[in-house]
Amino acid sequence: MSTNTQTRLALSQHLKHLEAESIAIIREVAAEFRNPVMLYSIGKDSGVMLHLALKAFYPSKPPFPLLHIDTGWKFRDMLRHRDSIAARHGLKLLVHTNAEGVARGINPITSGSQLHTQVMKTEALKQALDKWEFDAAFGGARRDEEKSRAKERVFSFRSAGHVWDPRNQRPELWSLYNTKINKGETIRVFPLSNWTELDIWQYTRAQQIPVVPLYFAAPRPVIERDGLLIMRDDDRMPLAPEELEQVRMVRFRSLGCYPLSAAIESEAATLDEIIEEMLISRTSERSGRLIDSDEAASMEKKKREGYF
Amino acid sequence: MTAYAHDQVTVSPGGRGGPTKGLLRFLTCGSVDDGKSTLIGRLLYDTKLILEDQLAALERDSRKHGTTGDDIDFALLVDGLEAEREQGITIDVAYRFFSTPRRAFIVADTPGHEQYTRNMATGASNSHAAVILIDARKGVLTQTRRHSYICSLLGIRHVVLAVNKIDLVDFSGERFHHIVGDYLGFAQALSFSSITPIPVSARYGDNVTARSARTGWYEGPTIIEHLEGLDATEGLDGKPFRFPVQWVNRPNLDFRGFCGTVASGVVRPGDPVIVAASGRDTHVARIVTADGDLPEARAGDAVTLTLSDEVDVARGDMLAQPQARPEVVDQFAAQVLWMIEEPMLPGRSYLMRIGTQYVPARVTSLKHKTDVNTLEHIAARTLGLNEIGLCNLATATPVAFDPYSENRETGAFVLIDRFTNATAGAGMIAFGLRRATNIHRQALLVDKAARTRLNGHRPAILWFTGLSGSGKSTIANIVERELHAQGTHTYMLDGDNVRHGLNRDLGFTDADRVENIRRVGEVARLFVDAGAIVLCSFISPFRAERRMVRELVEEGEFIEIHVDTPLEICKQRDPKGLYARALAGKIKNFTGIDSPYEAPEHAEVVVDTNQGSAEDAAQRILAALRERQVIS
Repeated sequence: MSTNTQTRLALSQHLKHLEAESIAIIREVAAEFRNPVMLYSIGKDSGVMLHLALKAFYPSKPPFPLLHIDTGWKFRDMLRHRDSIAARHGLKLLVHTNAEGVARGINPITSGSQLHTQVMKTEALKQALDKWEFDAAFGGARRDEEKSRAKERVFSFRSAGHVWDPRNQRPELWSLYNTKINKGETIRVFPLSNWTELDIWQYTRAQQIPVVPLYFAAPRPVIERDGLLIMRDDDRMPLAPEELEQVRMVRFRSLGCYPLSAAIESEAATLDEIIEEMLISRTSERSGRLIDSDEAASMEKKKREGYF
Repeated sequence: MTAYAHDQVTVSPGGRGGPTKGLLRFLTCGSVDDGKSTLIGRLLYDTKLILEDQLAALERDSRKHGTTGDDIDFALLVDGLEAEREQGITIDVAYRFFSTPRRAFIVADTPGHEQYTRNMATGASNSHAAVILIDARKGVLTQTRRHSYICSLLGIRHVVLAVNKIDLVDFSGERFHHIVGDYLGFAQALSFSSITPIPVSARYGDNVTARSARTGWYEGPTIIEHLEGLDATEGLDGKPFRFPVQWVNRPNLDFRGFCGTVASGVVRPGDPVIVAASGRDTHVARIVTADGDLPEARAGDAVTLTLSDEVDVARGDMLAQPQARPEVVDQFAAQVLWMIEEPMLPGRSYLMRIGTQYVPARVTSLKHKTDVNTLEHIAARTLGLNEIGLCNLATATPVAFDPYSENRETGAFVLIDRFTNATAGAGMIAFGLRRATNIHRQALLVDKAARTRLNGHRPAILWFTGLSGSGKSTIANIVERELHAQGTHTYMLDGDNVRHGLNRDLGFTDADRVENIRRVGEVARLFVDAGAIVLCSFISPFRAERRMVRELVEEGEFIEIHVDTPLEICKQRDPKGLYARALAGKIKNFTGIDSPYEAPEHAEVVVDTNQGSAEDAAQRILAALRERQVIS
């Protein structure tokens, strides 16, 4: 998958520490929950999280399946990557799409990003968790991503109905996680809470973890819309009259639904170059995510409703 | 961390530009007025961790909510949740990340008010150092003392005393030294190993990341320089080997590995280890990881150990060094910080999480609580939210630990409410109680099984619970009469007769109700051990206490009978005139009136005296006993 052919590097003290902490969190879930699942969003964070899960249980396989919430609008490269990773590691992959949302014709272009995210991601996730009766779900969110995430617990309690109450979170002391829940309640677990975007890339580089090729710069056809570069991954996205597709050297810092994920102009075609670019970068990774820009508190709102 | 030209980037282990020193976690303490969030915002800004789009959002927010006029309000960067931005207070712990070329940092930003003591303790529990802010205009305040005490209690050894807003006292060295003198006088009583005072202006950046020309009299390091140099290992590598077993890895019959994180010490293949609880000894065979076997594992490493013998080891066990074993006891003294609204009640059963195990535990006595502002010891019967007290605790089975002052990894626990599952308390073990280790139970020649054979029936507790006037005692009396007639050994424990003797000293507060039931439970257990069927008739309004009694005896020996008569009927019956008096306000804490009744969720028998006579109810209970083969 990756265009890198470099060899693995030794981990810095810092990354070793983060790795060990995450492995302990992942093992804890396997030990305490009846039916856990790992949300696999195909992005770089998911890639690291899955890699850590493989390490945590070696020589066994992770004792839980992967779950992908497919909105129907992911980049085709992402789906190819997803299937090849699941096959390579012999893991069970569950895919869920909100059929009701599809029937209602919800899409990111005409429904708007907010409704699309609500129906096809948040509602779909809740449907999937209920359908398979998962009592714990791993997510790859990091506290450095966004302000309301900075206050998220590692083991984050959800009452029946998947509701997050930021005012009533369990205190989390030492690494003594409280894993106890009653029937109908669930826990979201964030093993990458203490990682930063730079840590993710440095670890991906050091461990040679495969990532979706879209993270690497390549000439790609994009349109410029509201100052953002959007790649038309298929012809479901209509062009406005004056819009023109033009080939530019771009890559993605963050991957989601293709009409909602903006590319950046970049020459970084290897993991080393991505890390170099990050070190001189002056914008945050979610700035290309159209779903966050509504207002500063929009992530907290989405999270209360059940978004990861 | 920024503005590296491409040709300056060099590859270091772990990737390009990675920090050279291990991660340091610290917390900031101070109230919002001390400029705590401003300091963190400043650290992020000066280390270029604030990016263009975030800065743009910040400028927008500063105009909307800010308190600094046209300047950027750095505090808004940090106060993440909507409510906090509106109210201008930090109510929860937020974690912030930044790094310098030398080191990566995680800051726990914690609230300063007394009502958020638990949040501060949460931040402190995972921190190596604390930055305690003092407003240079105000000097050492009550809250400074409180913050310092909590940091010390949670085992933080390194303190940076940031004397902030030094610009507002004209960068006065005299003022600074006066405050530092005050603080050192107070902090002598606490267990810090280093205190580093630094004059700071968070708003303007003096001595935060860059030395200030305006404090020429100060020759020490900036906050960042100091934090970059701190040793964060806490010496855990040098302590005795401890390995709480987290998960047993059995991919096939040939491999049995014990997964976990080394809590302290170092381990190598061939090292002797013991299973702390059983004392069983063996050797480490391999240290297995996905990257191949390791020659050694140190504190903090997440590994999988295999052992040279087939010893009984499960999640919750601790592997330890045989020459320096942890204590293994079922009673110990600990400092407990209470974290939920519902008070801690001595006698009530909580779930204790310690290491990788959960074990039922009770607070047997509360020695005193500590006033967090004055450090005075105060006599108390319960602990309320955010209160700290020295307690004796008893666990259902012995647990392995080290005193918290020697090992933060193995000396800490949390208490969990057994019904809501809320994280209710945080504990730091002070010492094991000797009487638990030295008193061994007398092995008896005649035991419960022998008595049961002689009696011809099995022992049991028939626990009648329900509202006052529900008919508990009436039904229990009929059941006892019938059992006696069949030649069964019985005894009746009744609320009224016990309160006249054994529990004469107890009233009707929640704490006393808990103790009442605990004592009754212990007495009932002795009767069960004697082989009798003991009938207990108590309102026993709380699930937690009924569960506590259930856990005193073996599975199947506790039979909960819910006499489920509606409150309205009980009020009408009112055989002792108690409801009338309670409704008139003459009796306080009366169950059903001004004190709650928590109905059983899984009672073995439920009877409703509204649907039939007391005789019918008794017959149903006897049928249930036959069905369970307690009697034949």
